[in-house]
Amino acid sequence: MMFRHLVGAAVAAVFAVVGLSGAAQAGATLDAIKKKGFIQCGVNTGLAGFSVADSQGAWTGLDVDICKAIAAAVFGDANAVKYTPTNAQQRFTALTSGEVDILSRNTTWTLTRDASLGMMFTGVTYYDGQGFMVPKSAKIKSAKELKGATVCVQTGTTTELNLADFARANKLNIKPVVFESLEESKVAFFGGRCKAYTTDASGLASIRSKDAPNPDDYLILPELISKEPLGPAVRRDDVEWFTLVKWVLYALGEAEESGITSANVNEMKSSADPNIQRLLGALGDMGQKLGVDNAWAFNAIKQVGNYGEIFERNVGQKTPLHLARGLNATWKNGGLMYAMPVR
Amino acid sequence: MADQDRTIHVPPRPSPWNDPKIRAIIYQIVLIAGVVALGVFLVSNTLTNLQQRQIRTGYGFLDQEAGFFIGETLIPYEAASSYGRAFLVGLLNTLKVSVIGVVLATILGTIIGIARLSQNWIVRRLSSAYVETLRNIPLLLHLFFWYAALTNLLPDTERAANLGLNIFLSKEGLRYPWPEVEPAHIWALTALPFGIAGAVAFSKWAHARQMKTGRQIPLLWPSLAIILGVPLVVWLVGGAPAQFEIPEKTNFGHDGGAAVTPEFMALILGLVTYTASFIAEIVRAGILAVSWGQSEAAGALGLRRGPTLRLVVLPQALRVIIPPMTSQFLNLTKNSSLAVAIGYPDLVSVANTTLNQTGQAIECISLIMAVYLTVSLSIAGAMNWYNRRIALVER
Repeated sequence: MMFRHLVGAAVAAVFAVVGLSGAAQAGATLDAIKKKGFIQCGVNTGLAGFSVADSQGAWTGLDVDICKAIAAAVFGDANAVKYTPTNAQQRFTALTSGEVDILSRNTTWTLTRDASLGMMFTGVTYYDGQGFMVPKSAKIKSAKELKGATVCVQTGTTTELNLADFARANKLNIKPVVFESLEESKVAFFGGRCKAYTTDASGLASIRSKDAPNPDDYLILPELISKEPLGPAVRRDDVEWFTLVKWVLYALGEAEESGITSANVNEMKSSADPNIQRLLGALGDMGQKLGVDNAWAFNAIKQVGNYGEIFERNVGQKTPLHLARGLNATWKNGGLMYAMPVR
Repeated sequence: MADQDRTIHVPPRPSPWNDPKIRAIIYQIVLIAGVVALGVFLVSNTLTNLQQRQIRTGYGFLDQEAGFFIGETLIPYEAASSYGRAFLVGLLNTLKVSVIGVVLATILGTIIGIARLSQNWIVRRLSSAYVETLRNIPLLLHLFFWYAALTNLLPDTERAANLGLNIFLSKEGLRYPWPEVEPAHIWALTALPFGIAGAVAFSKWAHARQMKTGRQIPLLWPSLAIILGVPLVVWLVGGAPAQFEIPEKTNFGHDGGAAVTPEFMALILGLVTYTASFIAEIVRAGILAVSWGQSEAAGALGLRRGPTLRLVVLPQALRVIIPPMTSQFLNLTKNSSLAVAIGYPDLVSVANTTLNQTGQAIECISLIMAVYLTVSLSIAGAMNWYNRRIALVER
């Protein structure tokens, strides 16, 4: 499996070399998407709650639902999406070479990525932070007690850098064991090779729920050592596509703020509130300004749900991940989710 | 005209198009032009595409601060060191595994190869079973097996097994005392090449003496004594410092001294046992390639089995063994890149991390390719030199 990843990275590099010049020349990404009739969406190879495929090959998860919502906005059909599972190394090459139209794969928005890799982040779908998970038997209560500890890490993220920064700042002589694949890193941690496992806190919850022999034996430490705003990214070659993706995210947030859900969206369309009418396409030409049908937000909300529904369905308290809304609540509820006005 | 009359018959020169010499040259020019054009197209297309996507290129990132830790290093390395130094650390880790792996695989493979030709039925069958089983299992599975076995079977770090002499074995690996760095140690290490040179000179002298007088002088023990004796004397003259850094217990296992991590152990075990099964077959083939008449002739001259193998069979077998053995050494070195699967920080692992942090995919992949190419060509060059040296000299 490691080998496949390596080969994948090499193939991706070759793709960049040979160049799918068509992606840039055939016109804007949005036009190409409309022509082919579906969105090619780059997702994680498997992270419970964010993007997982079931035995039928159907994808679910928070990152997957974002792609579905965009497909609903463009085509009126949330299933007009094809998925490309990417590992941490392939993902950026897959996006910039034109293999996928959008990368919705728990990817942290950083300056280097936004400015120098030929891509643009469209917004934040999950405010996360890097944390640590330890066995309860180790009797560790704080990440600052990890002096001299061995920590298992999966390569391919900003995780290693954050770990080193945290250890340098707190003078902890941490010894990392770096794995290529998520699977092997989990095997090593649950086998007892490392005292701690580090990745984004949402990932820790996901791994604990799915892979721990007994989830109750493991503790996620309270400290978050980094800011990890996760969000979808698009190529730099099409501003219209970038704008559309950005506003679908705002529409999902706006819907939650205004109390529009997949269940009541039909009634809400005849609401007296002009803001809601504009969002759902009963008033004005918001969709046409974005280059799609006026029912863009209506379709996305009806078929996928508002942001709150997406969150609760995939990673919320009723799921095995048991994640609280926290920073991901709307600004009205003390969170950071704030949708720009649709007008 | 007169000249032409003097010669008896000159065939008419063929037209340039039909001249085989000119044709050959034209073909070569066309081929080279094609290869160069392809290269130019690939490079310029890459640069255009990268520029179009606003991706920065170049190797300038190698000077920037790496910012990540590496689990085991042979040279001093900090998170504040540069990406270039991180690459060097990864390269040294790869070389460490390759050198130790090649030596151990050769020893194990030779023993098993000879054992397959043993007169003893059990030894013969056991070594056959070894070869047939191990070489037919993919190497990646070997690595997963050894790594899973080590991480699950070794004792927890809090309950590390004390093997005596302050050597500790746990899930952290093997931790043992290590001499503190003293000038005398460095002098002793510097003296080691002189000891080896001395041993070589001694064996040459012994050989010349045998040629002259016919008397054999035992070689093994005196040579070892010279190789180890010279550094030992230097160390004693330097004051014989014997301060050891002893592993100390910490919250999480032990620290200090020197360590062999489970990742390294699993990688060496996997690579050595796997490659040894191929080397065993090469050694067996080499020995069988020496005709039985040679052994019989040696017997007729009164040589016993040991000297027959050492003086008659092996020197001839080596000529058959060396070329395929070179491929196995190259395989082992390249296979060491599977280390990333089990968390050993080799070149590929470090390059992966660098790639992810900088996004410089083409640059990092090209560095990996250049390094493996250089290492492989060096090994092949050295082995080819050795092969030429031991080749049959026709007289």
